[in-house]
Amino acid sequence: MMGREPVTFKAPGADVSHPRRSPIDLIYDPKARGIFLQVLLVVALIALGVEIVSNAITNLQKQNIASGFGFLDRIAGFDISQTLIDYTNTSTYGRAFWVGLTNTLLVAGIGIVASTVIGFIVGIARLSSNWLIARLAGVYVEVVRNIPPLLMLFAIYFAVLKTLPLPRDSIALPLSSYLNVRGLTVPKPIWQDGIGLVGAAFIAGCVAAIVLGAWARRRRIATGRIFPSVWAGLALIIGLPVLAFFLAGSPVTFNAPTVGRFNITGGLTLLPELVALLVGLSLYTAAFIAEIVRAGIAGVPKGQKEAAFALGLSQGQVMRLVVIPQAMRIIIPPLTNQYLNLTKNSSLAVAIGYPDLVHVFAGTVLNQTNQAIEVILITMGVYLLISLVTSLLMNWFNARMALVER
Amino acid sequence: MNLQVKIGLTAAALLALAAAPAAAQGTLQKVNDRGELTCGVNTGIAGFSAPDEKGNWAGIDVDVCRAVAAAIFKDPKKVKFVPLTAKERFTALQSGEIDILSRNTTWTMSRDTSAGMNFAGINYYDGQGFMVNKSLGVKSAKELAGASICVQTGTTTELNVADYFRQTGMTYKPVVFEKLPETIAAYNAGRCDVFTSDASQLYATRLTLGNPGDHIVLPEVISKEPLGPAVRQGDAQWANIVRWVLFALVNAEELGVTSANVDKMLESSNPEIKRMLGVEGDFGKGVGLDNDWAYQAIKAVGNYGESFERNVGQGSRLKISRGQNALWRDGGLQYAPPIR
Repeated sequence: MMGREPVTFKAPGADVSHPRRSPIDLIYDPKARGIFLQVLLVVALIALGVEIVSNAITNLQKQNIASGFGFLDRIAGFDISQTLIDYTNTSTYGRAFWVGLTNTLLVAGIGIVASTVIGFIVGIARLSSNWLIARLAGVYVEVVRNIPPLLMLFAIYFAVLKTLPLPRDSIALPLSSYLNVRGLTVPKPIWQDGIGLVGAAFIAGCVAAIVLGAWARRRRIATGRIFPSVWAGLALIIGLPVLAFFLAGSPVTFNAPTVGRFNITGGLTLLPELVALLVGLSLYTAAFIAEIVRAGIAGVPKGQKEAAFALGLSQGQVMRLVVIPQAMRIIIPPLTNQYLNLTKNSSLAVAIGYPDLVHVFAGTVLNQTNQAIEVILITMGVYLLISLVTSLLMNWFNARMALVER
Repeated sequence: MNLQVKIGLTAAALLALAAAPAAAQGTLQKVNDRGELTCGVNTGIAGFSAPDEKGNWAGIDVDVCRAVAAAIFKDPKKVKFVPLTAKERFTALQSGEIDILSRNTTWTMSRDTSAGMNFAGINYYDGQGFMVNKSLGVKSAKELAGASICVQTGTTTELNVADYFRQTGMTYKPVVFEKLPETIAAYNAGRCDVFTSDASQLYATRLTLGNPGDHIVLPEVISKEPLGPAVRQGDAQWANIVRWVLFALVNAEELGVTSANVDKMLESSNPEIKRMLGVEGDFGKGVGLDNDWAYQAIKAVGNYGESFERNVGQGSRLKISRGQNALWRDGGLQYAPPIR
């Protein structure tokens, strides 16, 4: 609402350096008026906020509803089917919150990677010159994009449950693993002394790969000779830890699953709820990402491709070195939206029994403590934080990929 | 329902709670002005609250609301039923969306003292049990070590299972769902060995499974689940109305007053019946109603025993015996203070 300084007409002989500014003149100054109105709006908003909060507190006290955050230290008393951190039913509500949060982050993290990979493949396939591949990708996008994600999750979850056998008829897989309606159970590794060496070797491998990459780049720019730094780097990252593993004398034992009366006991179990949620969310979000990728590639001027071919680059090189880097600038901003959507949609987990943040914290904890306002505030705050961090990372990535104009 | 919608709804409910006027008029006044009672019930559990073939709500929890509506309006139809999940129910009551929560809700201390509500009484004494598929050959809950157990969230059930298994030193794997239909579907698909809930709910659920005979309810009852209607805290008159309507139904059974003979009973010489039906005394005044409040309630839904038999007892598909819910003089726990 900032206006321009009004043109003032000066009477001949008037004091030019000290224009008269009485309070009444301010009314006619658009700038002053604008500031006044904005201050008024802010004050009104703050007053409204204070009124809502104080009214809520009054009502809570009047209705005798517990309030405050002390409940986070109390014993939770319930169990959770998947815990990435230590948790038992004698842990606190605060601990249950972290269990829910890590479960949400697990789904969001894996889901983002998987949906990106599927999305890029399908998006590129839609532009394929092969009629069948392009049509199949098109059908996938149109079908999946137009089904509500909750229905997809139900369909996948109950399809998984109906297909897999009961525990008594488990499918025995190699390495004493079992697959049944309760999930995929594999031997659980138990790390022994000396595993630290393997970790150190992994870090050393990563550092070496980065150094090697930088050297190969400098050499390519200086001499034009190409060094296969990607393969060499991979060899370092995988090879060094493997070498260290055997040097340390295989410091691992396995807790193999055994068939119990009801279930496979022991081992590590991949829950069908997690698989259904991941598959559902990844396939759903991938359909949107595919369209973004297609649009991004289609947005690169045709002349760029033709020029690259004219220089003698191969089909793959044209894609990798010329088209994709330019397409990325179009792709990244809407891609961020999809990542945020996937993270938020992960709360659909509650419908199929996967213990995510909304299920554990805004569900069971809320019900047992009856502190809806606090619990919902924390939950909304966490989703806001996750979304902001995701946006921040993507903005940084976008700035890196942006066209540097000289 | 996706997250945005869900959080939005919860936030809206919270905002309603936050924005509710600090000084509210009495619930009875509000109900009278509105011309109907709003009653929170289960989304569907046979015998307690479920819509019948004609779309009318029926069940023992529904009868409580109909009886209260009859006591206020002399018309049991002036009720709007709001189906709620276990998770939504308390916020709905706190925020004023419903006047009575009559949704097989267990009376516990924390709910009574720190959730902004008061329980008005107990209309069904229940306890948590386990249901398993017969083919597992399980005869007792003590054999359940290592089993996967399907539970619905938002209930006391989750805590009871954890307590029971901790106490007996057994392990189990919980699979927790938000809604009952998904919980049952997962149990039916073999995702869990056991479905646990209040015993009454197990019997009701068993009827909906493909072949009810394939499933058995284990003999162990692992908790006390006194179920009853609740009202918002801070309105003693409203709590009294619900409490005394409930008591009137139990007293009616004890005194032999039924929906069929209630008109004849108006001429009864028994002073207890006379007081209850409003022929003698001025008891309606104390709760802000007409003196025929109990007469109307009994005429509408029958006495407690009639309601029980019609909805969950021998007159229903559930065929649950009276057990703890028999009158005190028949060895049960249903006992109502006298109207005098």
